[in-house]
Amino acid sequence: MKVAKDLVAASATPMVLGILAEGESYGYAILRRINELSGGELDWTEGLLYPLLHRLERLGYVVSSWQSVTGERKRKYYHITDKGLAEMAEQRRQWDTVVDALKEIWHDRVPPTVNPGLA
Amino acid sequence: MTAPGGQEELEAQFEQWRQYVLRRRELQPFDADELEDHLRGSVDELLAAGLSPDEAFLVAVKRMGSLDELSREFAREHSERLWKQLVLTADTGSPVADTRSRRDLWAMLTCAAGAVVSVKVPVLFGLSFADDSSFYVRNFTLFALPWLAAFLAWRRNARRSVIAILVALFALGAVAANAYPLADKSQSMVVTSIHLPIALWLVVGLAYVADDWRSLRRRMDFIRFTGEWFIYFVLMALGGGVLSAFLFNTFKAIGIVPQEFISHWLLPCGAAAAVVVAGWLVEAKQSVVENIAPVLTRLFTPLFTAALLAFLVAVVATSHGIDVEREALILFDLLLVVVLGLLLYSLSARDPLAPPGAFDKLQLALVVSALAIDVLVLLEITGRITDEYGSTPNRAAALGENVILLVNLAWSAWLLLTFIRRRTPFAALERWQTGYLAVYAAWAWIVVLVFPPLFSYV
Repeated sequence: MKVAKDLVAASATPMVLGILAEGESYGYAILRRINELSGGELDWTEGLLYPLLHRLERLGYVVSSWQSVTGERKRKYYHITDKGLAEMAEQRRQWDTVVDALKEIWHDRVPPTVNPGLA
Repeated sequence: MTAPGGQEELEAQFEQWRQYVLRRRELQPFDADELEDHLRGSVDELLAAGLSPDEAFLVAVKRMGSLDELSREFAREHSERLWKQLVLTADTGSPVADTRSRRDLWAMLTCAAGAVVSVKVPVLFGLSFADDSSFYVRNFTLFALPWLAAFLAWRRNARRSVIAILVALFALGAVAANAYPLADKSQSMVVTSIHLPIALWLVVGLAYVADDWRSLRRRMDFIRFTGEWFIYFVLMALGGGVLSAFLFNTFKAIGIVPQEFISHWLLPCGAAAAVVVAGWLVEAKQSVVENIAPVLTRLFTPLFTAALLAFLVAVVATSHGIDVEREALILFDLLLVVVLGLLLYSLSARDPLAPPGAFDKLQLALVVSALAIDVLVLLEITGRITDEYGSTPNRAAALGENVILLVNLAWSAWLLLTFIRRRTPFAALERWQTGYLAVYAAWAWIVVLVFPPLFSYV
């Protein structure tokens, strides 16, 4: 099972903000973390991640800084701001509402394909 | 684990990949850095899993997905990058180019300031705009164009000998404008005021091609420069007009009329500075912004051809002779100038190696119809040349120009025709036009230097 593209896109911002709330990080590590969290079910691409990070930076939710790692290699680290934390809290409220509502509907019910007789 | 040779090869592959990424306009050097770090992270992990450097690189690149898709996503966030932005100093990322463009900026500001000061210096000697307007009309290009030439000569690292020639020619222009005893409203005065700018502009051209003045390619570049410069200058003039209007009306609303400031300071100083700024803009933007003159040419060549053909048909149908009044010759001179401009700027943007196409035929039609009209006008004039024409500097100059343009266009038409019939290469047409620049220069200097004494300063 792969999560649908629309759902990936919709959950992208809270996901990235949530990961950055754990501590500053960089693109490759963020992608690894998402993979790890979802057991490989969330299909993220670089084309989704980097423009998203740039947008979050433009909106002031994260700030970035170039740090050098081993030798000449530079790495761009992202760090969440207070505004970003507030945005994450707000998005979390919205997601909670959606998830709660879905849970309410699906409460006790088993997907119909397994046992159609109950519907 | 990794052989040093493998590591080197891997670095070369990263470098190659980076160049490939940078070719995308949506992806800037900083993005390339970030993506490269990503790719390296991916490669490192694959290496640790036991893949060879080659394999690791291939797999990592494959995982990143197609660059097309990646740039599309970047473009959605950074749509401004698809527009070529005007930056005062080109942010190319390479320090050499940065210093270069910053030095250009300072040189431009210095020259523009010089032009502004030059406009106001004569006031110190008691020459005011109001009382000595003819002095300013005659000399205006002498205030601004030497500074543009200086900027270009500086940019081209002109040799001493070229600089000496430039200085001498501008000095000659100053002598021509001021040494002759011309009355304020005399015809010679008007003729000089029109031809001196042309002569001096071609001196600017000399500064433009200072690094290689024999090269026809460089002369063609100067023709392109002229068109773009003119467009930038007109745009700045429009902006300046809007600024003046606002300044005038807002201050008028609080009871201060800034008329003197606008007409004595803002407009002359702004125009002089704009001459230099426009030159700098063309130089700085030549690789960034698409040339506008050829675009306009493409739009207007069919329209002008249609208009001229319609006029010819009307002349034949009504059998009404062209009424050659005083201004008519100048009007038809201007028509030839416009046709020549349309021809020149299509030439300047054309791939010299492309085979003749429909547009070349359209141009031939344009040139031939302009020639036909001009011949009609000249026939009309020669009938009266003994009694009416040729006796004043105005008419002699207008007639001379007409002949010069006619010769140019007639030979251009011939070259176009042979080109369309694949007898001569396109380069012949280019060579003809770039070589002809010298004729314009010679004629303008003759009018400025020889005409006033020839017509005894009327």
